Amino acid sequence: MGVRKFDTKVQHMKYKVLREVARQAWNDTLLENLLDIPQMIVPGKTPTTRCCVYKERAILGERVKMAMGGDKDNPNVIEVVDIACDECPAAGFEVTTSCRGCLAHRCEDACKRGAISFDHNHTAHIDKSKCVECGLCAKVCPYSAIINRKRPCQVACKVKAISINEDNAAAIDNDKCIQCGACVYQCPFGAITDKSYILNVIDIIKKSKENTEYKVYAIVAPSISSQFSYAKLGQVVTGLKVLGFHTVIEAALGADMVAWSEAKELSEKGFLTSSCCPAFVQYIKSEFPELLTYVSHNLSPMATLAKYIKSTHEKAKVIFIGPCTAKKAEMQREDVKPYVDSVITFEELQALFDSRDIDITTLDEDVLDNASYFGRIFARSGGLSDALAEGLKEQNIDFDLKALACDGIEECRVALLKKSKNVLDANFIEGMACIGGCIGGAGCLTHGEKNKAEVDKYGREAMEKTIKGATSML
Amino acid sequence: MKITVCIGSSCHIKGSKQVVERLQDLIRENNLGDKVELSGVFCMGKCQQGVCVKADEDFYSLSPDNVKEFFKDSVLPNVK
Repeated sequence: MGVRKFDTKVQHMKYKVLREVARQAWNDTLLENLLDIPQMIVPGKTPTTRCCVYKERAILGERVKMAMGGDKDNPNVIEVVDIACDECPAAGFEVTTSCRGCLAHRCEDACKRGAISFDHNHTAHIDKSKCVECGLCAKVCPYSAIINRKRPCQVACKVKAISINEDNAAAIDNDKCIQCGACVYQCPFGAITDKSYILNVIDIIKKSKENTEYKVYAIVAPSISSQFSYAKLGQVVTGLKVLGFHTVIEAALGADMVAWSEAKELSEKGFLTSSCCPAFVQYIKSEFPELLTYVSHNLSPMATLAKYIKSTHEKAKVIFIGPCTAKKAEMQREDVKPYVDSVITFEELQALFDSRDIDITTLDEDVLDNASYFGRIFARSGGLSDALAEGLKEQNIDFDLKALACDGIEECRVALLKKSKNVLDANFIEGMACIGGCIGGAGCLTHGEKNKAEVDKYGREAMEKTIKGATSML
Repeated sequence: MKITVCIGSSCHIKGSKQVVERLQDLIRENNLGDKVELSGVFCMGKCQQGVCVKADEDFYSLSPDNVKEFFKDSVLPNVK
């Protein structure tokens, strides 16, 4: 892997499984080789990540299942691979061997619950029956001897959907989960993962008979500008056509369409929340149902554009490619289902390219230019608010926009809480579940500091400079 | 008559928006709103020949500069 295509080895392992499953599917040999895939990935007798090759292969077997769509009886697109869960310690605040048994005992003074006591060596101990996990003791210890042992998945899940089951493995509460994929990206053992619909995509491409039976459209999220950084965006577009897509269209054009009509809707209703991020919308549904009435009635940019494509070509099949695991849940919604035929992530697209040995760095550059600057910057936090202001301006709508861009689901929660108590000083909530916006999505190949700058740069390269310019001919 | 203009990336860069706008103007000027239906489509698979336009089943390779000519030669005679 000369060029670093992924952030972590967990993603790389997942990718190897996806690539192999895809390779077999293209060749119509998946059924006969299904059980051999784990051994193809971990051959020999030396384990690479776990205690023995047999456990590794058992886990890979589960990953193969996820690559093929996962547990059909579980409606959630995010699932725990039980046997991959390492049952991380989750004891909360604990005193480590770094405790020097000092004289000061700041920890004892800081603890308001009297949970700290000392043994004959003056070493601190925490009485878990009294501790409320506030962390004050850890904060004041001059030796940093008190640490918080929490499971990475639980730390990642800001909506508190993850608990520990009786077998000590992670468990997801489907009623609380918003499918953002934070746990998928953060679990160091890859024990939580998103279901894949690559087989569905391969099937759609195959049955199109090279786009003669129907045409297959790829809608690509604007966060792609920060992805596949080892190649040119134009080469990714060519690669998609080599894979079998009829054409490639920017989801950002759908974003332009949304910004245009959302500006109007906002001025009519006086208060709105965005509806672009499916994880944010799902969060409102589960935690703030009384605020649902304020959610913009626009479909997301993905669904808006897919709907338009199907209006130009009835038999079209539309596949969304993006950074988002929650889009996989969105496509199953009744109001989105008719327009979007499948959803895959950038991770999965990389696996599809490699399953057909398509080295995109060797391809010619095609063009991708459908949207305006404003549609493109939807990919990062704050972009939607900027686009909305522009939409109001271009339509000469007299409305005093006070947008609050919420970066990450925790900021969303605070804003929604304030709104529910009628103390929010804003008339528009831009809700993005992932930190940074879509560029922080769990399905990205890589996440980096420069991603926001990449999105803005890509935005400025758009031929159309206004939302009206991009949408006027539709 | 149905006129379809490609609005995919390649044709967009070559000026499909201007082509659409000029056609809209010409249709209006000639009062053909009820006889000519103008629509967009993403990619006709002939990106090298853009801006790709179809008048019913006939294919044309246009640019913003020859829309008028196309309208006079290939649209007007077929709708009057």
